[in-house]
Amino acid sequence: MATSEKIVVFPGSPSPDLARTLDLGGHRWKAATSPEEAAKSEPAGGWMGAIIACDADPEGAWAFARAIRKRDNPVGAVLVLVSGAQLDDLEMRDDLFDDFCLSPFHPRELEARLTHLFSRAHGPMRPEVVEHSGLALNLETYQASFNGRPLDLTYMEYELLKFLAQNPGKVFTREMLLSRVWGYEYYGGARTVDVHVRRLRAKLGEEHANLIQTVRSVGYRFGQSRWGS
Amino acid sequence: MLSQQRDYVLRTVEERGVRLIRLWFTDVLGTLKSFAISPAELENALEDGMSFDGSSIDGYSRIQEADVLASPDPNTFEVLPWVDSKTAEARVFCDIHNLDGSVFDGDPRQVLRRNLDAARAMGFEFLVAPDIEYFYFAKPGPDGVPVPLDQGGFFDLTTTDVSSSLRKETIRTLETMGIPVEYSFHEDAPSQQEIDLRHTDALSMADSVMTFRMIVKEIAAMHGVHATFMPKPLERVQGSGMHLHMSLFEGDANAFFAKDDQYNLSPVAKMFMAGLLRHAAEITAVTNQTVNSYKRLVPGFEAPVHVSWARNNRSGLIRVPIPKRGSPSATRIEYRSPDPACNPYLAFSVILAAGLRGIREGYELPAEADANLFEMDDTMLDKLSITQLPQSLNEALRLMESSPLVQETLGEHIFEWFVRNKRHEWRQYKTQVTPFELDRYLRSL
Repeated sequence: MATSEKIVVFPGSPSPDLARTLDLGGHRWKAATSPEEAAKSEPAGGWMGAIIACDADPEGAWAFARAIRKRDNPVGAVLVLVSGAQLDDLEMRDDLFDDFCLSPFHPRELEARLTHLFSRAHGPMRPEVVEHSGLALNLETYQASFNGRPLDLTYMEYELLKFLAQNPGKVFTREMLLSRVWGYEYYGGARTVDVHVRRLRAKLGEEHANLIQTVRSVGYRFGQSRWGS
Repeated sequence: MLSQQRDYVLRTVEERGVRLIRLWFTDVLGTLKSFAISPAELENALEDGMSFDGSSIDGYSRIQEADVLASPDPNTFEVLPWVDSKTAEARVFCDIHNLDGSVFDGDPRQVLRRNLDAARAMGFEFLVAPDIEYFYFAKPGPDGVPVPLDQGGFFDLTTTDVSSSLRKETIRTLETMGIPVEYSFHEDAPSQQEIDLRHTDALSMADSVMTFRMIVKEIAAMHGVHATFMPKPLERVQGSGMHLHMSLFEGDANAFFAKDDQYNLSPVAKMFMAGLLRHAAEITAVTNQTVNSYKRLVPGFEAPVHVSWARNNRSGLIRVPIPKRGSPSATRIEYRSPDPACNPYLAFSVILAAGLRGIREGYELPAEADANLFEMDDTMLDKLSITQLPQSLNEALRLMESSPLVQETLGEHIFEWFVRNKRHEWRQYKTQVTPFELDRYLRSL
C-alpha cells in the first residue's frame, strides 16, 4: 500500500511542544479535530501515521484512535501520548495503538519512537486472522466463520467477538468491555454487554454457546468450548 | 462510529455475496413492509436514504406530497438465514424521513425512538421481554374455519408433532438472527405455541417482534402450515396474548428493585405501575387494536379484564413475578393485556409513556388485588375501586380519543390516522349480521 509521508495529529490544536518537535524533526503533519476531518484532509496515499495526544481530552482521543483504526483503510502506525496518570487507559487497547510515549515527553525520545514506528509500519503486516477453537475472524474482510460455516454478525457483535477472541482466557468486567469495545459514546450501560453476549451465544449455537463463559459476579471470559470443536 | 458500521455492512454484502438487500419498515397498523435494493444501491441508501412513494402505506399518506425516505439503520443489518446461501439476501430496518431529512411523523419506529429519548432524559433505559403466543392451523379451507394441527395441551410433550418441530425450527432461525429465546412450549389450546424472548432494549425488541412474526409465518408456510397472531381465533379456548415483562434501568442498576420493600419494588416501580394502571384503559386501543382483540379480554380464559395488580394472581392486569434467586436485575413487572397483533413500536411507546407519567406525577399505587377478581360481583369491585378494561374496540377508541397522553405519545399524525382507520373498522364490523344472531333470533323472533 502506498503511503504518503504525512502524519495526522490529534487534537486540532496540538501543544506547542509537540508542534515544535514535529517541525524540528522535519515531519510533514496536519492536525485534525475529528476523524471526519482527518478523512477529509487525508492525502491521496493515506496517512503515514497518527500521533494522538490523550492529555487534554482522553475520551475524544480514544474515540479518534478507534475511528482511524477501525475504518476500512486503517491508519497503520499510531503513537499515543499519555500522562503518567493515564497509563491504565492503555490496558486492553492494544488494538488501537502501536506505541506510546509518556507526556510531557522528551523531544529526543519522541523522535526516536517515531523513527522506529514508521520503519516498522512498512514492514510485515499484523496477523489478519484470529483463530480459536473452530472460530475464525478475518480482520481484513470482517468475516467470521465457525468450523468453516459463515457466521453472520452485526457490527457490534463482530467487534465484541473479535475483542474477546483476541484475548482468550482473560476475564473482563462488563464495564471494561463497554469502554473497550463500544467506546465511551455509548449509552445503555452494562446491560448492553449482556444482551450482545446473549446474541452471540445464540448465533454460535447451543453446543458452542459456552465459548463465551459467564464468570459469576465478574463478567465474561472467552475460552475453550466445553464440547470441544 | 456510523461510518465504521457502514463499512462493515458494505464489506459483508461483498464478502457474503448478498444479492438483494430488503429494506424493512412498519406501517401504522404494525404490518411489516419491505422493498428490495441491489448491492450497488446500498452505499447510496446508507448515505442518503432511498426515496419511495409512501401513499400506498397504511398511515403514511399525507396531503402535500407522498415521497418519503427510508434510511437504513446499519445496526440492524442481518443476513436472512432461510434464504439459499447462493442467492443470499439480507435485511435492514429503516427509519423514515421526509425528503428534507426531518423525522417523518407517520413512522412508528421514530415514535418509539422519541419516547425512548424522553425516558433517557429522565435517566432511564426501557427493557422489554415479550411472551408471544400464536396458533398453527392447517391452511384454512373454503369455509374459512381454522383447523388446529393437534389437540395438545399445556406443556404436552408432543415430540412427533408437526407443530413442535415447526417451533424448533423457528427457534433455531430466531437464534441465528440474534433473537435469543428464553423458553418455549405448547400452550393450553390446541396448536397454540408460546415463545418467550430474552429481554433487550425496547427499540431492538420492537424490531425483534416484527422479525419474529415474519419468521414464524415464513417457516410455517414453508411446511404448508398457516401461523396466526390473531388474538382469538377459536371460540372455546384461550386466545393469544403478548405479555410484556418490563423494567427500567438507571445505568447498571435496576430502577425497579428495592431491597427493603416487602415486594422488592422501588418507588419508581410503584409509580410506573400506578401510571400504567391509571392510563391502561386509554392505551388499550393501541395494545389491542382489532375488533377480535376484545374477544380475548373476557373472563375465564386467563386474559386480564380488571385494572389491578398482584404478585401471583394471573387474573390481574399487572403481575409482579418473583425473580429467580431474588436477583435485583431480574426484578420486573408483567403487563398482560397486549396481544401479538399490535404494532410493537406504538404499544411499547404508550405503555412507557403511561408509566413515565406515573413517575413524573408521583402517582400512588393502589393496593394489591390478590383475590380472584372473576369471583367478585360489581359492588365488591366498586368498593375496591377496581375498574375494567374497555370491552370493545369502540369503547377503547372512545377512551383513546379523549386521552391527551396517547395523542402526545403517538403524535398528531398517527393519532388521527389511527382513530380514523379504527373507527372505520368498527363501523364495518357493526354492519355484520353474525351466525350468533341468525342462530338465536331467526326462528324465535
